Amino acid sequence: MKYFIKKTITLIITLFIVSFLAFFAFTIIPADPTAALLGTEASPERIAALREALGLNDPFFVRYFNWLKAFITGNMGTSYSYFIPVRRLIGDKILITATMSLMAAVLIIICSVPLGIWQAKNAGFLPDSIVTVINQIVMAVPPFFLGIIMCYVFGLILRLFTPGYFVSYTVSPAAFFNYLIFPAIAIALPRIAMTSKMLRGSIINELDEDYVRTARSRGNGTTAILYGHVLRNALVPVITFIGMTIADIVASSIIIEQVFSIPGMGQLLLISISTRDYPVVLAIVVIIAFIVVFINYLVDILYQFIDPRVTL
Amino acid sequence: MSYAKHNWYMIFGAVITFVMVLLIVVGYFWTPYSPTAICAAERFDGPSFAHLFGTDNLGRDIFSRVLDGAGTTLFISVSTVLIGLITGILIGGLTGYFGGWIDEVVMRMNDSLTAFPSMLLALVIIGILGPGTYNVIIALGIMFIPSFARMVRSEFVRCKNLDYVKSARLMRAGPLRIIFLHILPNTRSTLLSAVAIGFNNAVLAEAGLSYLGIGVMPPQASLGRMLSESQSYLFSAPWYSISTGFTIILLILGFTLLGEGIRQQAGVD
Repeated sequence: MKYFIKKTITLIITLFIVSFLAFFAFTIIPADPTAALLGTEASPERIAALREALGLNDPFFVRYFNWLKAFITGNMGTSYSYFIPVRRLIGDKILITATMSLMAAVLIIICSVPLGIWQAKNAGFLPDSIVTVINQIVMAVPPFFLGIIMCYVFGLILRLFTPGYFVSYTVSPAAFFNYLIFPAIAIALPRIAMTSKMLRGSIINELDEDYVRTARSRGNGTTAILYGHVLRNALVPVITFIGMTIADIVASSIIIEQVFSIPGMGQLLLISISTRDYPVVLAIVVIIAFIVVFINYLVDILYQFIDPRVTL
Repeated sequence: MSYAKHNWYMIFGAVITFVMVLLIVVGYFWTPYSPTAICAAERFDGPSFAHLFGTDNLGRDIFSRVLDGAGTTLFISVSTVLIGLITGILIGGLTGYFGGWIDEVVMRMNDSLTAFPSMLLALVIIGILGPGTYNVIIALGIMFIPSFARMVRSEFVRCKNLDYVKSARLMRAGPLRIIFLHILPNTRSTLLSAVAIGFNNAVLAEAGLSYLGIGVMPPQASLGRMLSESQSYLFSAPWYSISTGFTIILLILGFTLLGEGIRQQAGVD
């Protein structure tokens, strides 16, 4: 319980710092939003009025807390280039990116854990060595190149989907998932290789421990030891790794969306960066950072359930 | 684990990295064709002896462009790793050795920075500075500082109470002397493997940014940029994507294996 409270306080502090850093970064840039909103030929009086209305004349900390208050209540400001609330702009797209990232995360977990266990069981034999070499190579493949290859193989040759022809979930959920599964695989594959390699090493290390010998001396079989004792300990570092992977999944999805022309958060972020639409960029950056921080918090909590020895 | 076994990671990593760097250095002085020479008659030629990797949409020799682009990528990676490493050593070394509330504050900031997916951080910095080779170097350099700083710090925290540091202190060595001449050399194996991993991340990040069109600007060639160009011609010229992509894979593979090899050599974990 003490651990839980301590972690929660750290979470809140981290969220504060994250939002502060992001807000600070977008405040120091020498860009005048009034020029974007009113055009270059606006009269000085109108510019002054708008600056006052947007609160640009307030001191920095006042602006930060006003922004934070509005942000938490769901008001993320107005886009400079679309003139609609940022929230409406993001609402739809976050669902697409979240679905894709979630699919990738599920794929990573359901593929890497069995693979890692299988490899550790067969450690030292030829099939394991072959998979180890393949893993090592797959780890080095950038997800976006994998995405391009998948577009070529599954899209252009096997025609399982049409690259560039994204179907929204409102039109056809089946086609939506069918389209997203390919980018999800492209994100997941290198991560599956890394995670299974890590789990394999972790299990092999644990098998050398004294408690394994004790369990064996009491007549337990290999399978019972592996699933009853070793796996629980071996998964601890792997869970940390998967938690860290979440940030990477989100980062790769920004690029992967470009490969598969998916209109998600990544695409919106890139467009907003190139049109200098800072309220949108700020909102997306803060949302993604919040999600990542929060997932890491959940992982930390989960960690304590699996390994109660962990304390701060 | 038997210790007589060859360190295959180290061997393969060193060989791949050496060959790639050699090719890039040669490509810096000489390429079979000029990387920017346009030849309208030879558009989309497949791989042949005249053009090892074929030609692209403007009839440029892809092999020459890959060498040139890999050079840009390597230059950016070396610069960013250097920025991250040097700043990381300064921050991590000082905070780790002295500790105290500054250490606490800096590490909290560091933790928050790592909360941003590193790619996002780079995107934000590029969004503020604008695209271009040098801005990419700054963005990626900043992106690498937190991880290097954290790693150096933990090494310093581990080392600062060891006997050799205590004896150096007894001999009235100053803190700066202890930090840079006594402790730093002892962290080299951890640092080296982190540098190799850093290279791997830098290549990946540079390729990613340039692929998105906000990294290296044309006419300068870069592997990521070429990959994004090649995607439009995926059907008519698949060799363009494949040769560029495999160059990236080989670069990353070399650095990953090298990092792994150094770790095994040092007997870490």
